[in-house]
Amino acid sequence: MSKTANERSAFPSYRRIRALIRKEALQVLRDPSSLVVAFVLPALLLFLFGFGISFDASRLRIGLVVEQPTPDTASFVMSLADSPYFDVRRASHSEPFVSQLSAGRIDGIIVLAGDFSERLARGDTAAIQVITDGSDPNTAGLATGYVRGAWQIWQTQRSLGSNLANAGQISIDSRFWFNAELESRRFLVPGSISLIMMMIGSLLTALVVSREWERGTMEALLATPVTTFEFIIGKMVPNFVLGMCAMAVCVVASIFVFDIPLRGSILTLTAFTGVFLLVALGLGLLISTVARTQFLASQLAMLVAFLPGVYLSGFLFEVSSMPTVLRAVATIVPASYYVRGLNTILLAGDIPAVLIPAAGILALMSLILFSLTIFMSRQRLD
Amino acid sequence: MTTPLVAIADASKHFGDPHAAAISKLSADIRAGRVTGVVGPDGAGKTTLLRLVAGLLAPTEGRIEVAGLDTMHDRQDLRDMIGYMPQRFGLYEDLSVMENLALYADLKGVPDADRSAIFKRLLDFTDLARFTARLAGKLSGGMKQKLGLACAMLKSPRLLLLDEPSVGVDPISRRELWQMIYRLVDDGVGVVWSTAYLDEAENCAEVVVLNEGKVLFQGPPRSMTQSMKGRTYQVHGAGDLRRRLLAEAIRRPDVMDGVMQGEAVRLVMREGAHAPQPAQFDIGHEVAVTAVEPRFEDAFVAALGGQSKRSLSLDTNHRFDDRSAPPVKADQLTRRFGDFVAADNISFEIKRGEIFGLLGPNGAGKSTTFKMMCGLLRPSSGNAHVDGLDLYKAPAKARGRLGYMAQKFSLYGDLSVRQNLEFFAGAYGLWGKTKRGAVQRVVDAFDLAPYLQVNAGGLPLGFKQRLALAAAIMHEPSVLFLDEPTSGVDPLTRREFWAFINTMVDRGVTVMVTTHFMDEAEYCDRVALINRGRCIAIDTPEALQASVKSDARPNPTLEDAFIQLIAEQEGGARQVAA
Repeated sequence: MSKTANERSAFPSYRRIRALIRKEALQVLRDPSSLVVAFVLPALLLFLFGFGISFDASRLRIGLVVEQPTPDTASFVMSLADSPYFDVRRASHSEPFVSQLSAGRIDGIIVLAGDFSERLARGDTAAIQVITDGSDPNTAGLATGYVRGAWQIWQTQRSLGSNLANAGQISIDSRFWFNAELESRRFLVPGSISLIMMMIGSLLTALVVSREWERGTMEALLATPVTTFEFIIGKMVPNFVLGMCAMAVCVVASIFVFDIPLRGSILTLTAFTGVFLLVALGLGLLISTVARTQFLASQLAMLVAFLPGVYLSGFLFEVSSMPTVLRAVATIVPASYYVRGLNTILLAGDIPAVLIPAAGILALMSLILFSLTIFMSRQRLD
Repeated sequence: MTTPLVAIADASKHFGDPHAAAISKLSADIRAGRVTGVVGPDGAGKTTLLRLVAGLLAPTEGRIEVAGLDTMHDRQDLRDMIGYMPQRFGLYEDLSVMENLALYADLKGVPDADRSAIFKRLLDFTDLARFTARLAGKLSGGMKQKLGLACAMLKSPRLLLLDEPSVGVDPISRRELWQMIYRLVDDGVGVVWSTAYLDEAENCAEVVVLNEGKVLFQGPPRSMTQSMKGRTYQVHGAGDLRRRLLAEAIRRPDVMDGVMQGEAVRLVMREGAHAPQPAQFDIGHEVAVTAVEPRFEDAFVAALGGQSKRSLSLDTNHRFDDRSAPPVKADQLTRRFGDFVAADNISFEIKRGEIFGLLGPNGAGKSTTFKMMCGLLRPSSGNAHVDGLDLYKAPAKARGRLGYMAQKFSLYGDLSVRQNLEFFAGAYGLWGKTKRGAVQRVVDAFDLAPYLQVNAGGLPLGFKQRLALAAAIMHEPSVLFLDEPTSGVDPLTRREFWAFINTMVDRGVTVMVTTHFMDEAEYCDRVALINRGRCIAIDTPEALQASVKSDARPNPTLEDAFIQLIAEQEGGARQVAA
């Protein structure tokens, strides 16, 4: 009799799991903050990354100084003014622009010296001078690069136009596949989707478990026949659904607002995201086995899930150019596999050679995380 | 004799440090069909003991059996047999009453067929049938407690463990809970009830009295109380000098314990000492001494060795003798939150050197009134003055005249005692020589010198309380506001605290206390009873007791008075509504 009771309680009970899931779902629906995390935050983050952060400098504000107007300078000025990348103001000397540059009202100054045409004719270097604000190296670098590009284009056009094409001149013709326009948004958006998934999976899950500790309900649950496995399933299922809903929001926004192509299939996208979400949930549950306050849980989730996702997943910073130690750390950051896979599905298509290894590693990670969680969960309070 | 339901044999529990055992070498038997009280102050080990019995903690040493099942090896079977209500009742506040019940019914495996009958029985039993759709978070403290009990009762447990069920619950709900528990006990359930309130011990058939993880006493509370027979007295007729009388009496070697009881002073004599003689009290006029029945608390304090003989040695240069105007005045204070009137037309005046209590159930409007009196909350209408200063026109100035001590320890736990004192001195605008003087003065007065470098968080409870009071009075306020200052504190620390307060009141400091503990109310000269936002009575504790005196109840306690006056107001309100 005692033995049957024992078995009955220890075996996962469909009814207890259903009750836990229903409880969790009711709590989510009644708690506006978790709905905000699931739906508003993804949209907000996506828009922030999609519109706010951009490594493309569209319309650099340039002060153009032409010390001695000649037909050559007029031609170059024309090519700059026609370019969609520059917003050009003109003056005959540089003083007004220097103060504007230091005030941040313009991004750079181009000076065409008085002997511009002579130097050009001699084929001298330093026919133009570019002054940028070194305190904002990102913009400074962009401005220099763009001006250099514009300069080369103009020179090429000029030599073509005057039929003085130098036979030995080699021109580099770059072609970027899958993101032909090299819009940074195209790789920022998939990257931010992975961050959002990580946030929902890890942060939200760690928070809802630590909340049970904080409010004293965990103690009451531990005194019922609920097992660790049932408890984990009860927490996972609702947050998995929530995470997939957030994913749907992100994908719809990416396609319709940011013009990201979905070159792979929706099925692949869903399955691949599902595997990644399991890793995020596993990480969240593992955090919750050590963090019993919501404050600690959110700190740990930031440290373990969010920050590596930002810095080491390769969506903002190129991992291959990092020191060896960081590259090694990056190999265990789940987001780096997801970002790679997601980029592939969105921008290239269903490519098994990329997706299957990535999904395999993510599945392995989730398995390890869940085993650790079950192992570390205490059925008691001490 | 039947076998005990719970057998605890030499159980110890420590969390890492074996010298700081939460429970050490505890043996006890708990029987079915009766209430066993686990009684002791905060930190005595009550919660640890209950969790050990529930199988939520593993004993470091020893063994605990519930109905023959080992709490560690047979946990699954154990869970089917016990009902456990943790502190704060273990409810999901964002689920409704019915959803909470349904959740726990599923988790505990209540069969579907029996479910509706069980729900109906429990909802009738707890009188919650009208509130099934309400969210648990929106219930009052008393209703939460009943729902927590209903959830613990779903599987008709043989053993019911209740961890401090009466914390945050007003006296009326507390009484109702005891009635429910007695009905369960009649059906043969074994109930363990842990509490820091010593008056609850007398409701139990048997008690395990804990202090610092050790058993002080085990057995029927009556036998512990009766051991004090012939040693308890009341001194009447001291009038305004009763605080001084108490302070003097405590210093005498033959007096073990002394507390205020309204206008009387209650004294407990050492074993073998003679009864106190009226002539021994040199206060200038006649007093009367009567022998009274001992209480459980007398025995408890005696078991701990009696009250400490020290008192506050505050510099006497500051006295507040101006008796012309009332130092604290509330004038028709009203506060609305939307449609809800939290405080409705509350007026009172507190005299110089008076201890005034704001008494009322949870959610009655005590805290709202208290916050308005501190200038922390603006009233919707009405006015309040401290020392003649308008709290809302000159809030900073008025607040400079009052000292405030919050309910929970509100000092910085990771700063040392000295750093805390210096910070608060700075916050009150003291600096330079004045600041050093003020810090030194309270350090001397409260004997804090040995602890100056210790972090406040690591202080023993009694010293935390001293430090909190020291920080509140550093700027020598003439008015002191205390918010449930001694809730959950052991009786010795509570006595010491009130001895400090009494010394200050003797110097003319005016004190306002909010509380729902009757013990604290006994120290008040007058109390205002607040219910449903209204002030329903203001009087001395004895007058309130006298007002509910009847043939059925010739000696009503303050709690009886409290319950009856509130019932009368609510009865009246219901009639008006009908």
